[in-house]
Amino acid sequence: MSAVAGTHAQDQHHGPARGFSRWLLTTNHKDIGTMYLIFSFTMFLIGGSMAMVIRAELFQPGLQIVQPEFFNQMTTMHGLLMVFGAVMPAFVGLANWMIPLMIGAPDMALPRMNNWSFWLLPCAFLILLSTLFMSGGGPNFGWTFYAPLSTTYGPPSTTFFIFAIHIAGVSSIMGAINVIATVLNMRAPGMTLMKMPMFVWTWLITAFLLIAVMPVLAGVLTMMLMDINFGTSFFNAAGGGDPVLFQHVFWFFGHPEVYIMILPAFGAISQIIPTFARKKLFGYSSMVYAVGAIALLSFLVWAHHMFTVGVPVAGQLFFMYATLLIAVPTGVKVFNWVATMFRGSLTFETPMLFAIAFVILFSIGGFSGLMLAIAPADFQYHDTYFVVGHFHYVLVPGAIFGIFASAYYWLPKWTGRMYDETLGKTHFWLSFIGMNLAFFPMHFLGLAGMPRRIPDYALQFADFNMVSSIGAFMFGSTQLLFLFIVVKCARSGEKAPARPWEGAEGLEWEIPSPAPYHTFTTPPDVK
Amino acid sequence: MADFQTYYVPEQSKWPIVATVGLGVTLFGAATIMVASNQAESTNGGWMIFTAGVLIMIYMLFGWFGSVIKESRSGLYSPQMDRSFRWGMSWFIFSEIMFFAAFFGALFYARVFAVPWLGGEGDRGSSNMLWEGFQATWPLITNPDPEAFPAPESVIGAWGLPLVNTILLVTSSFTITVAHHGLKADNRKKTKIWLGATILLALVFLFFQAEEYVHAYQELNLTLQSGIYGTTFFMLTGFHGVHVMLGTLMLIIMLIRIHKGHFTADSHFGFEATSWYWHFVDVVWLGLFVFVYVI
Repeated sequence: MSAVAGTHAQDQHHGPARGFSRWLLTTNHKDIGTMYLIFSFTMFLIGGSMAMVIRAELFQPGLQIVQPEFFNQMTTMHGLLMVFGAVMPAFVGLANWMIPLMIGAPDMALPRMNNWSFWLLPCAFLILLSTLFMSGGGPNFGWTFYAPLSTTYGPPSTTFFIFAIHIAGVSSIMGAINVIATVLNMRAPGMTLMKMPMFVWTWLITAFLLIAVMPVLAGVLTMMLMDINFGTSFFNAAGGGDPVLFQHVFWFFGHPEVYIMILPAFGAISQIIPTFARKKLFGYSSMVYAVGAIALLSFLVWAHHMFTVGVPVAGQLFFMYATLLIAVPTGVKVFNWVATMFRGSLTFETPMLFAIAFVILFSIGGFSGLMLAIAPADFQYHDTYFVVGHFHYVLVPGAIFGIFASAYYWLPKWTGRMYDETLGKTHFWLSFIGMNLAFFPMHFLGLAGMPRRIPDYALQFADFNMVSSIGAFMFGSTQLLFLFIVVKCARSGEKAPARPWEGAEGLEWEIPSPAPYHTFTTPPDVK
Repeated sequence: MADFQTYYVPEQSKWPIVATVGLGVTLFGAATIMVASNQAESTNGGWMIFTAGVLIMIYMLFGWFGSVIKESRSGLYSPQMDRSFRWGMSWFIFSEIMFFAAFFGALFYARVFAVPWLGGEGDRGSSNMLWEGFQATWPLITNPDPEAFPAPESVIGAWGLPLVNTILLVTSSFTITVAHHGLKADNRKKTKIWLGATILLALVFLFFQAEEYVHAYQELNLTLQSGIYGTTFFMLTGFHGVHVMLGTLMLIIMLIRIHKGHFTADSHFGFEATSWYWHFVDVVWLGLFVFVYVI
């Protein structure tokens, strides 16, 4: 392994520039990755605060703290911020940091465009958050912004919302193009496709999904823009359009989008479990094909979000069976993770704790997804708290735990220092308990008939809602501990060796910790 | 690694942040104009913001592309870099295809499902109760609610200007290929002539398209507001037209660059990317011609 940077003193390989211009003008994948991660965590805290407002209002029945209009803005913004501002950028940040290190590339393929992708995000979310202060308030129609609620009945700021999401979409598309070009073109000699780490594989497929569906989101946003401002009738039956068309186009984006938010977590977990089981990943190639199969199926299942809207029976059956089929490749993955741990020399450091919780709790979210996929049953669950419980089980212990696991796993590589293991474990257990307390009762609430997106509810739902709120406060406040852990690690953690985890394999562990500013300017040889 | 050439990782660059500010200001201005005009307020402020944003974008485009051209001409780019650009452009075009797919999807959905249902056909025929007596036809000459959406008198036939435009664009796909062959054979004169011809065809196409829009608006009352037919017609042809404009601009820039002596017989990705884009615009038109005009 001859490729450690620092020995390259040619003109174009300086260290980082000083001051704020380092971050503003950078073309370095590590700087950009760091900015993505910080941005994502900021959005996570802001979006999380909105969730706290929601849970505070729902602590008891009756209107307590906020008005219904504001409550609606909170549910909408919470969803938008978490999906487009927290989860997606966190994974792009991880991709930026880790993909070049994992495939032995000097940087991302298109470094300047990479920086543009990042800086568009603060711009987009500045505009989005500013809508809260405009006359008529911010978006209040749910993060799915169904027409005609968002077109005919939306607040004036909806136009700003549309452009904000457009900008975030442009950022995602460019980020994804960069990932694909990097993976396809920048691998070190010998790094064949089937030798790539799973995290790189999952991101390659995620990037394909992003490029395929973000333009469709742009399309549906543009249709809304035209209906609102230029008198078109895409979603207006009076002119021959159809509000249901909105749902079809939106969910054609929306369903692959949920895989965009989970596949990179699959990849990260597939790196972490083998490390702490001290065994090779079980069934590598079946993992790759399973991710591919999930991605392809994700294009054929969108109408399972719309069973109650009046989809013809043949359509309901098709979308039901196609959806249930996704359980097969997902089952392959869960089986392989468990088989990797089977008879391994397991240790339970913080990344591993998050990874194991991921496998178990994500599976629970998957099972409730199967329940929702069954069309006749969905008529009962649709738009209830059961749905809220379901997707929080796949997104919080799925996507978010995947991100936390990755952060703890690679923090020593990023900062050159170890985090505090006791604090990390505390963070895990408080998050684990808080999250289950917050989201598990939602299933019962939904089955009992409590609708989602309401600020007030009938008295029989009071107990479970109170439990859920307590769990949410616990989970929310615990995340400040994570901030403390990261700052403490970066400032005064113990120095980390190049390979802080005994069982870790891969190119990223061959370079020193912290990773030098420029790595692999000459490609390494991959055995 | 004897044949290894270091991958060029550019130094710090101000263009991404300029582009961010430019795009953000432009779109913020656009939204301000729209919201103000919906509420019958003055749009002057919005136009000022919008114009400022557009100016920043123009400055950025010249600067960013300028520095890429300079780097490319000073030999900083390796064959590997060239492949990065190729992947980048291919996937960008794929994303454009998906954008158009959304609008084609809307057209198909309206024709196959929404309009027939409103006319009382099939499972969902109960939506006919919304506007009883509404007859589903395509092109939709009478809207379900003619007061909210006054219908067009007629629509544009396929075999007049649209056919001419089809011939123009298909021909332009050939001429740009001839120009490309000229460049590969280092025959600059040939390239200039055929690239010039491509630009001419593109401009005539745009002229006819504008003519068609004026005709539709002034004589047929076919507008964006005239129901789902006008909606899909103008959105599909309009977005295509914008892409033709962009493509024409790219072709003109290529002509200028060839005039200045840029590109070599075996290294001219800027030209190739433009030609890929042009073929993409052409193929979209063929889809439009079939599904919007003919069928």
